[in-house]
Amino acid sequence: MGAARRILTNTIDLPDDALLDRLQRAAFAYFDRFNNAENGLVADTSRPNSPCSIAVVGFALSCYPIAVRRGWLRRRAAAHQVLATLQFFAGSAQSEQPDKTGYKGFYYHFLDMQHGRRVWQCELSLIDTALLLAGMLTAALFFDGEGTEIELRAVAHALYSRVDWTWALNGGDTLAQGWRPETGFLHYGWEGYNEATILYALAIGSPTHPLPATSFAKWTFTYQWENLLGIDTLYSGPLFTHLFSHAWIDFRGIRDQFMRGVDSDYFNNTKSAIAIQREYAARNPHGFIGYCRDLWGITAGDGPRNHEKVLTPRDRRFYGYMSRGAPYGPDDGTLAPWAMLATVPFEAAAALAGTRHLLRRYPEVCIEDRFSSGFNPNEVERDAPWLSEGWYGLDQGLLVMMIENYRSGFIWDLTRGSSVIRTGLSRAGFSGGWLDDAP
Amino acid sequence: MLPEERDPAAGHGQAAFLERVRPSDWRTPHARALYDLVIVGGGPAGHAAAIAARALGLSVALIERDRLGGNSLNKGSVPSKALVRSGRALEAIVNSQAFGASAVGDPLADIGLVMQRMCRIRTRIAEHWSAKGLAATGVDVFFGRARFMDETSVAVDAAQLRFKKALVATGAQPRRSEIAGLEDVGHLTSATLFHLQSMPKRLAVIGGGPLGCEMAQAFAHMGSKVTILQDEPKFLPQEERDAAEILSLSLARAGVDTRLNTQITAARRANGEKIIDANNVGVEYSIAVDEILLSIGRVANTDDLNLDGAAIDRTECGDIRVDDYLRTSNADVFAAGDVCMPHKFANIAEATGRMAVHNAFGGEPQRHGALIIPRCTFCDPEIAHVGMHIWDAHREQIPVKTFTVMMQDTDRAIIDGRDDGFVKIHVKDGSDEIIGATIVASRASEMINEIAVIMHGKIGMRALATVMHTYPAQSDAIRMAAQAYVKSLRLRRP
Repeated sequence: MGAARRILTNTIDLPDDALLDRLQRAAFAYFDRFNNAENGLVADTSRPNSPCSIAVVGFALSCYPIAVRRGWLRRRAAAHQVLATLQFFAGSAQSEQPDKTGYKGFYYHFLDMQHGRRVWQCELSLIDTALLLAGMLTAALFFDGEGTEIELRAVAHALYSRVDWTWALNGGDTLAQGWRPETGFLHYGWEGYNEATILYALAIGSPTHPLPATSFAKWTFTYQWENLLGIDTLYSGPLFTHLFSHAWIDFRGIRDQFMRGVDSDYFNNTKSAIAIQREYAARNPHGFIGYCRDLWGITAGDGPRNHEKVLTPRDRRFYGYMSRGAPYGPDDGTLAPWAMLATVPFEAAAALAGTRHLLRRYPEVCIEDRFSSGFNPNEVERDAPWLSEGWYGLDQGLLVMMIENYRSGFIWDLTRGSSVIRTGLSRAGFSGGWLDDAP
Repeated sequence: MLPEERDPAAGHGQAAFLERVRPSDWRTPHARALYDLVIVGGGPAGHAAAIAARALGLSVALIERDRLGGNSLNKGSVPSKALVRSGRALEAIVNSQAFGASAVGDPLADIGLVMQRMCRIRTRIAEHWSAKGLAATGVDVFFGRARFMDETSVAVDAAQLRFKKALVATGAQPRRSEIAGLEDVGHLTSATLFHLQSMPKRLAVIGGGPLGCEMAQAFAHMGSKVTILQDEPKFLPQEERDAAEILSLSLARAGVDTRLNTQITAARRANGEKIIDANNVGVEYSIAVDEILLSIGRVANTDDLNLDGAAIDRTECGDIRVDDYLRTSNADVFAAGDVCMPHKFANIAEATGRMAVHNAFGGEPQRHGALIIPRCTFCDPEIAHVGMHIWDAHREQIPVKTFTVMMQDTDRAIIDGRDDGFVKIHVKDGSDEIIGATIVASRASEMINEIAVIMHGKIGMRALATVMHTYPAQSDAIRMAAQAYVKSLRLRRP
């Protein structure tokens, strides 16, 4: 803790841009440190024997262009790394057999780092495949040069084009959320707003197996425009659901049918979600330690599992890895220390003030300038707040992208030029803003 | 331990109960040559219809095959809510230290005492349904199995009752399961649950609908180790996500082991235990329990009625098919309550019973689709709803905005230490018309009635915001939602 405090004392003294640069670069370093350079797979977490998460690979592929732009990585080396990753997926086994890498162009959520085979009997994941593909397409947009980069683009588009989105409808109007070779399609009963907008944009924009354009309207059927804590919002509790699709897509000024009806857009809705988190933290109904307008970030993440001890006679419990949300809950006082900073493109002042407050008060959440997945000051271990071990790749990737979108709008500029994203969003009913401009 | 005939009410008011709902010395009335109305079923729908018809001066016969009062009194709302209350009393003791009580031990539920209390309550409420009370209003009450003879007459035992109009209000019964081995292993349903004579140490509840959730939580509060298994991704599939998720957390807090997305593949016995084999999205496992409660919905009671003989159609799911005016395919026969309504609740049964009489005898036709129906699941917190859900409004292309107040921001809820939940009021956007509401709160069952009155009286959000409520009160959250509406109007103005 002493080392962490010393490093952060330096970090926190930096002006905003230098602070962001340092934290962004440290976050990016995760991909260099916890990957398999041969096949491009990246570990879900920094913990020993962690498998690869395909979503983390998607973030990594999106971050290599940022690293090139920032001068942290040579373009050629980055292109080689991206191509190696794409070639792994292109060459990996796709079949109904339970130990392969994917099926119908989709991929299993978790793969073993060495050979890329399915682990943990996990599901063929639609949303995680979408995040992986978003990374592939982002890299293909950036690497627009000759030689290796030609091949890179060709493989990326081939991988995207082979995904059989219509199969994943399973005869219904909206996508299943997953599939297992043992039991078939999975329906988690998703209802209301969540992180899946990019999934639908990619699926509807496919040149080969597109979903019907109406599927997005069906998907949004349970959306609820709500005045909550005095703030108008399309509610979703976990903060990450307001960020994931936005890491790639600039939602400023573009609106689908739902947002036209309520005279808003998804970018402003994320601002509302931030306002709700801050208001909730200020009201702090459960009296959790630390919560205030400058300390929030209730989202999906690690928690003090195995500590299901009673805090009060109301039998309040801590949770392990869980999707937390505010104000409906669940909320056990666990905060994701990366989450405030990940909102920097939406509410820079709040994100930076919150992050600086966090670093001053709980410097131990940012070891080696890299944020942990979660901490909980209500659960004290060895005189320190409970802290999630190591780092999670998703958190790091999201931070790299969101800081870049704040600093330069780089990823958003790239994807505004994507015919896939433009086609998908337009078919899904989005219009206005940059969608009305020529690419 | 569970045969239906071993009703624990025996010795605890059972005689008085039966005296009211199925008198042993009942003298079957002489049947008239022709009744204005013959009612089949003496539950909430049939009873309400009989009273309404007599108020119009009509001749009425009512046939009940078992006990008056229907599912609600005998096997449904009344006994289940009595158990819920016992569970809450025990839970309150466990949590009493938070309110200043000195250290208390773990109270143990005595299932015998719990059931005796339930029986006393049931007997007391049964007076409302009594055969003698009904007969005193001029209704001819027949006990026995009814069977349509043709399109204009019903037989009950030896008597044949001819009618001008008839009402089928035979209610519903627990849906049977096709789980392999479950019938052989033995299980409880709402029809047999209230005959329990010992507290199951380990109880499995199959089904995450209202009764399943209520009983899972109540038995957990009373000390059982409860596992609830639901094949869908959430509990209370008919309610919205935010309500169902609060319930999931609440069940977990009560110690209930919740298993969603779980298919039950078989039930069997091993080593004197009941074993349930289950599959959760590909992961197979087994759990051992002492009792199994099956609560997977209810199906209409239509067997033995010879509906075909009276030209009365059924829907694919077995309910009697009615139009919006409760008329069956036989123009002289109406239906009401659980036997025909998709939502099988006592308040709907009672309302549709009255409505059927009104429509059958020349009143200005009333549509059951226009009913404002409040309903509640009596878990802690309670989950209540009235009117439209968001998806109903979207289906009808009604633009809607929801005004939400969290109970954690409501003074009375904070004071009571009961601050889980919310009030959500759905408003037709561009107006102040309330089209529906969901309330999750410790007294949501009472609060939702305020919304029902507001909707019935067509009181808008502007007026509601000015209505003074007692302070502090849980229902103040309703007024606060209306004030949020008024505030949003001010913000909207340029």
